[in-house]
This record gives sequence, C-alpha cells and structure tokens, in this order.
Amino acid sequence: MAGTSFTLELPQPLALDGGGELASPQIAFETYGELNEDRSNAILLCHALTGDQYVASPHPVTGKPGWWERMVGPGKPIDTDRYHVVCANVIGSCMGSSGPASEASDGKPYAMRFPVITIRDMVRALVALLDELGIERLHAVVGGSMGGMQALSLAANWRDRAARVLVIASTSRHSAQNIAFHELGRQAIMADPNWQQGDYYDSAEQPDAGLAVARMAAHITYLSEEALTGKFGRNLQDREAKSFGFDADFQVESYLRYQGSGFTRRFDANSYLYITRAMDYFDLAEEHGGKLADAFAGTRARFCLVSFDSDWLYPTSESRHVVRALNAAGAAVSFVELSAPHGHDSFLLDVPALDRVVKGFLE
Amino acid sequence: MSLRPDLAAIAEAIEPGTRVLDIGCGDGALLAELRDCKRVDARGMEIDGACVERCVAQGLSVVQGDANRELADYPDKGFDYAVLSQTLQTATRPDLMLEELLRVGRQAFVSFPNFAHWRTRAALMLGGRMPVTRAIPVSWYETPNIHHVTVKDFRELAREKGAKIEREWFFSGGRPVAGGSNWRAEFAVFQLSR
Repeated sequence: MAGTSFTLELPQPLALDGGGELASPQIAFETYGELNEDRSNAILLCHALTGDQYVASPHPVTGKPGWWERMVGPGKPIDTDRYHVVCANVIGSCMGSSGPASEASDGKPYAMRFPVITIRDMVRALVALLDELGIERLHAVVGGSMGGMQALSLAANWRDRAARVLVIASTSRHSAQNIAFHELGRQAIMADPNWQQGDYYDSAEQPDAGLAVARMAAHITYLSEEALTGKFGRNLQDREAKSFGFDADFQVESYLRYQGSGFTRRFDANSYLYITRAMDYFDLAEEHGGKLADAFAGTRARFCLVSFDSDWLYPTSESRHVVRALNAAGAAVSFVELSAPHGHDSFLLDVPALDRVVKGFLE
Repeated sequence: MSLRPDLAAIAEAIEPGTRVLDIGCGDGALLAELRDCKRVDARGMEIDGACVERCVAQGLSVVQGDANRELADYPDKGFDYAVLSQTLQTATRPDLMLEELLRVGRQAFVSFPNFAHWRTRAALMLGGRMPVTRAIPVSWYETPNIHHVTVKDFRELAREKGAKIEREWFFSGGRPVAGGSNWRAEFAVFQLSR
C-alpha cells in the first residue's frame, strides 16, 4: 500500500520556543485512508528521530517498506479502512519539511542558520497543518519514542485537539543519559572535518563519517544487550579467525558499520543535530511550572502508555512517571509494560501484544 | 458473560454514572460491566501484564501497577467507589491497603474469601494441614494469599479504621448466605464508608 504524498506551505510564519519564527514553513506529509464526512476519524501519527512521513509507503530514497507497515494499513491495528491517517515530516528534518537543508530566503541552504527548535515547535507545525486540513479534533494522536514526546506535547498544549493519546516507548523528559548519548552523536558529526561548520551542502565531501558514528552510537541504545547477544554474540564476520587488525572482525561491528553508512544515504547530518537538540530540550514538566501533573490538568483525553521491559533508553520507569502524573490529574489512563526482547526498537518490531493494545485502545 | 457473585453484588450496588476504581481488576469483567450497563467512568489497576493487555484491548482504562505502592499516586476522593475484590488477602499490608481504599474512594467495596468458613476450619482441624478448598484452591507454598482473613477479623479492622459498614453480602457455592456468616460464608463482600 502507498499513501498519498503532499507538501504544503503553512500560511503563517511559525512562532518558535527559542524566540523568533520560521518563515514560509513547508510541511511534507502522507495520508492513508479516507477522511470521513464529519472529519472525526483522523489519526495523527508522529514519527521518531530519524523517521519520516513514509509510515506505510516505500521510502523514496532507500526503497524500503514504510517504518510502521506492520501497524498501519487496511485491516491492521491502525486500520486505514476506518481511519484517516496523517503522518508529517517534522520540521528540522530532511524529507521535505523545512529543515537546515532547506533554502533560506537568500536561496542558499539554511545550514546552521536554521533556528534551534523544540518538540513543541514540531507539534505547533503539526497543529497548523491540521488547521489547514480542516481537522478540528483528532480521533487519536499516536507516537513512539520521539513521536510519543510529540503526542504528549500535543495533549498538554493543545488540550482538546486529540480524543486519544497513545504514547509508546517514550518519556516526558530527556534524562542526563539520553542527553549524553545525543551529545556523543553531535560531537561525532561536528568533529568530522567535512562537516565544515554545517556548510557542506555545496561541497563534494559530506560529513558521512561523523553521521555514521552518531548513528552507530544511537543504534546501540535502540537494542537490548540480549538482542545484540542473540543476534551476533561474539561471532566473527566472514572469517575463521581474528585478523589482529581493526577491520570489522566481529559481526556486530560489521552490522553497526552497515547501519551507519546506510543511514548517511537517507539522512542529513545537520538535521540530526537539530532534532537531537530538540529532544534534549524536552521536559514537559518544566514547560508547565515544574509539575508534570499540571501539564495535564483538566484534560478530557484518554491516554494509553506502553513501555517495553527490555527498553533501557526510555525505560518503564519513565512511562510510569507520566502515568503517575496523569493519575494525579484524574485523567483516564491505561498503561502496560509489554515483554519484548528487542529493546527500545520493540515498538517498530513484531510484538503481537502491542498490536492488540493499539487496536483496542483506538476503538 | 455472568459475573462472579461478589462482583455481581458490587456491580448491582454501584450507582450509574459514577467514577469507579477497581484495584486488582483482573481481566476487567467488572469494569466492562459497569461501563456498558451503568455508564460508569471505570478505571482499573492490575499487576499482571497479560490481564492489563486484555483490558486495554477491550478499551478499558487500566494501569499496570502494584496496588501496594501505586495507589499513593491517586488523589484523595478521586473516585465515588474504590473496589478491592479478592485482593485484600494478597496485600503486603491489608490494613494500609484498606486505608488507601477509603482515601481514594468516597465508598469502598472489599470482597475476600472467608478463612473461617466451616470447610476451612474442618480442613485444618481434622486434616491438620493448611486448607485447600474450592474458595482457596492453591497450596500454601504457591498461594498469593499471604494474609488470610475472616469475616470477624475484617469487621474488627473496619472498626479500627473508623469505617462504617454500609452493606454486606455473603456467599457460599455462588448462593447468598443469611446468618452465621463467619461459619457459613465462603466469600464476603463489604461496602464501607468513612
């Protein structure tokens, strides 16, 4: 199945949390399924750090299937025979929405002149898109990982916009450890001489080495130790014995290198800097006077949080923290910790219990 | 699907359109009944992830958590009723659990297997072993029931906690029992207020 692709320029400049605004914001998005007559069956899907709008369509660069094909489609848990699914590329990204690789008013790429954005800025752009599409109230907003942060931000800041809020493997704030891993990735990019202070767009050399290292480090955080051990153990890659050198002797090294280099073909290094920054700045309680429950005071939305027991990036304790705040606010909330071996990436992989929870919650 | 007798009594006693928290809600049978038949804003807490998954898949608002610790997150009198069905005897501290129940709910329902039922007494007295009966069917070494309680004990605890017993129900073999409840009831249900 393929969605329908659109690009829309928002009619107003986008006000930003860091001050200032983004002129002529472009939003690239895909839709699946029909919007019904009273416009009540729309589900906004929010993508993760390196995700995009191609949730159930082949990726235009890699040709790979959409990132949530197993969840979104006719008869699937997010059933496009019943729901009108909208998934937009976040601002700051590089798949058609305004980001550091986009042209600024002088006709050159923004590069590091692109304003630093926040999760709430991303959501502000998504809400402006919904306004343009004439979608007043969402049947649900759904997101995993950074997508979950956007779902929480939408629920807290645009209170009646979504009737249901589904947050998978996510958090209400970035921890010191989360920030630390992101800083490692950013420093890898900025230490690459080809990064050239971000002005590499017209250059023959791109900061691929730095971006690949950033991806490798991040990829480790997406998997559990059990998953890595199960997949690779200490197995050697295409050889009988250790080489006593620094080639990818181990399968896990080869796998990470492959993940790193594959990523550079589809992702912009500056976008990686901007989006990781937005995630690091995310602290929903801080936005609401320091008390997370206040972010949800008076909400009428139904919430569902899902964590995975093997996810050490956004562990169950982070979801529980949100659930506690929602309970204190008297919100209707469901929470379940699912057992899955894959680590943080479980939300993208084959976990049948997740399918049942998503389907049931959206009913 | 018909409800367990203690749950049916609770469901019948709950006023329509109210807010209910079912602690240890299992597969959500009571919550679903209340939602569907009494327009109740029904919430649940359950420790078993597989049960929670089944509840959420039915569209119920259920949080996976340990009632011994996580009831503390709920605001005072946030619910019209707090329900604890056949869970009291599994609590680390049943007295503190009852305290929490009376804090989060304006009224509370508590149901439990009565350890003073004549079958249990007979099994212990004549058999000399920890009773395994149809009401408490699991051996002592694997039962989740760590604090067995009798009708008399519970009345005493309610009195100590300053809780008023509004209503009470007793069952044996799924049928109501009238009189001699501490001997004859396999299960007891109390409705309390404070």
